[in-house]
Amino acid sequence: MILLLQYTIIFSAVLTLVAIGGCFSEHSGVINIGLEGIMVMGALGGALVMRFSNYPASGNAFTLILLTMLAAVVFGMVYSLLLAVACINFKADQTIIGIAMNMLGTAAATVIVKAMNTRINPDNVSSTIQYIDQKKAFLVNLGGFEFNWFMLVTVILLICSYVLLYKTKLGLRLQACGEHPQAAASVGISVYKMRYIGVIISGFLGGLGGIVYITSGVSEWKFENGVAGFGFLALAVMIFGQWKPHRIAVSALLFGLFRALSNVYMGFDFLAKLNIPSGIYNMLPYIICLIVLAFTSKKSRAPKAEGIPYDKGMR
Amino acid sequence: MKKFLKSEGGQSFIASIFCIILGLLIGYVVLLFIAPQGASTAILTIIKNFFYYPSSVARMKYFGSTLVKTAPLLMCSLSILFAYKVGLFNIGCSGQYTAGTTAALFLALGMGMPWWVCLIAAMVCGALLAAISGFLKSYANVNEVISGIMLNWIMLYSANMILTKVKESTSPYTYTLASTNKGAMLPSLGLGKLFSNNAYMTLAVPLAILIAIGIWVLLEKTTFGYELRATGNNKNAAKYAGMNEKRNIIITMMIAGALAGLGGAFLYLTGFEQWQCTQSSVPGMGFNGISAAFLGGLSPIGSIFSSFFIQHITAGGAYVDKSLYSAQISDLITSVIIYLCGFVGFLKLVLKKAADKKEGGAK
Repeated sequence: MILLLQYTIIFSAVLTLVAIGGCFSEHSGVINIGLEGIMVMGALGGALVMRFSNYPASGNAFTLILLTMLAAVVFGMVYSLLLAVACINFKADQTIIGIAMNMLGTAAATVIVKAMNTRINPDNVSSTIQYIDQKKAFLVNLGGFEFNWFMLVTVILLICSYVLLYKTKLGLRLQACGEHPQAAASVGISVYKMRYIGVIISGFLGGLGGIVYITSGVSEWKFENGVAGFGFLALAVMIFGQWKPHRIAVSALLFGLFRALSNVYMGFDFLAKLNIPSGIYNMLPYIICLIVLAFTSKKSRAPKAEGIPYDKGMR
Repeated sequence: MKKFLKSEGGQSFIASIFCIILGLLIGYVVLLFIAPQGASTAILTIIKNFFYYPSSVARMKYFGSTLVKTAPLLMCSLSILFAYKVGLFNIGCSGQYTAGTTAALFLALGMGMPWWVCLIAAMVCGALLAAISGFLKSYANVNEVISGIMLNWIMLYSANMILTKVKESTSPYTYTLASTNKGAMLPSLGLGKLFSNNAYMTLAVPLAILIAIGIWVLLEKTTFGYELRATGNNKNAAKYAGMNEKRNIIITMMIAGALAGLGGAFLYLTGFEQWQCTQSSVPGMGFNGISAAFLGGLSPIGSIFSSFFIQHITAGGAYVDKSLYSAQISDLITSVIIYLCGFVGFLKLVLKKAADKKEGGAK
């Protein structure tokens, strides 16, 4: 039971971070389908830091956590610029760019990790990075419950996001650009700048979500697999959460629970007895997602101008 | 020449060539970063693909193999572009492709059905899976990109579960068609002989090209195609003009799904590959289909060539020196190309301006 709680919380943390990232980008008017790719890049950055630190031997946990997070965030933000430049400056189709970013994220990460692995050991052609010892820096054992520092980070960022989006000038201006960019521009707000900020924040949160995801249940990651559609699950969470950070956190808990079930269902006697194949549990989060979306998308509160490139001359 | 520059097709062609060259260039730079000593050889290897073999017999054979994998890719890209004409982004193509594969392989290996039954079943299953996305889009306002991705994963796990019933006991792969049910293999029509006895060269290749032409006719020359394109251009205007846009969305998705499903059957019924029942990622064919569709300028005829090109460099990636680079470098180049395809609109604008300017100067 504790295990289920632990996994639910950590998976919800991932979904919350990434979904809020998507929410910032969409509030500024740019649909970020490339979240999946951003997650992979963030995960790569964080994993590289962990791979090359000799944590248990030298250095303390705090520095490692900080550096890992920093790398993930920077990788995510830099990668998100690909979306920003294409969709804001060049008015490219946001769906194509997003999808290209997802493909590129996985392909680039695989190429980089494989090149690194073969250079260190010519016989190693895998795309896996291991961080068994380093991962321990993130965990604190509280009587069976493995507390992960990322859980705290997520809560803090959730509160910050809420404040930023609703209580600051920046947040309100950002939202204006997603609702009616021409009106925002008419009162002197730079739409391009706001959209850049929105996309870069989504890179920040998406990258962080990526590293949290790959350290959530396992101690090594095979980059060929990307992040298994988690970026898209996060988009679904965002829609279900009606583009509002506090609601996103609640809906992330629901999705996190079903995702966690597929990891730990063997631990429950009654579930193990039902003898449902593991494939069904793996499918569960995606099926729930479809059902939930089917019932909630009708009265969607999406930012009105999202997905439409900003054109100064348009009325 | 000027006329070519100004025509829609000409501009698409130039834009695509530009994307390819820049994509390869970026790939080359990445190779240089990884290991400068072998970068030139590696990029040439990727571009050469089957020309890598010195003997013409082997070249012909591997040219055939590239074509064998081009057929499913072409089907996926047709699926994407067909849906895109109606304003739908069929990212669920991979799932529909998997559905087609599952249906075809299960009927072939589990029930001993002949090949044509398997093909029809693959089409139907692909269409049904896509219909879910279409239905959700038109009646529940669910974005087809998200429902498509969710269905991709659901389908992947279903495929693994279903095809485990027809898998070899000692490996994670499904039985081979040659050992279990020869009648389910697509007929070769003597094409294999043309390609140095490549056993996988079948009816699928010419059929895929015929279907591409068929899709072009359907989109450009029929009332139904016109309605679909009108729905894509302006949903509300189409509705106002008396077109049933909800029905059109579902039908479009079903046709797109049928095309993708057929793609799955086109590959797996040749025996070229066996399904791996422990597969943990959605097949990349559907995603490469997106690249092929956009690189082909969203035209069914253009797709024939772009599909071949993408398959060509993907296959070429397998020949790079593995002690230096990984085969995924081709995926990287492909994804850079599709990223650049996003700029095609901008590029066309530049071309158009340049063409107009030239004209003005001549006067």
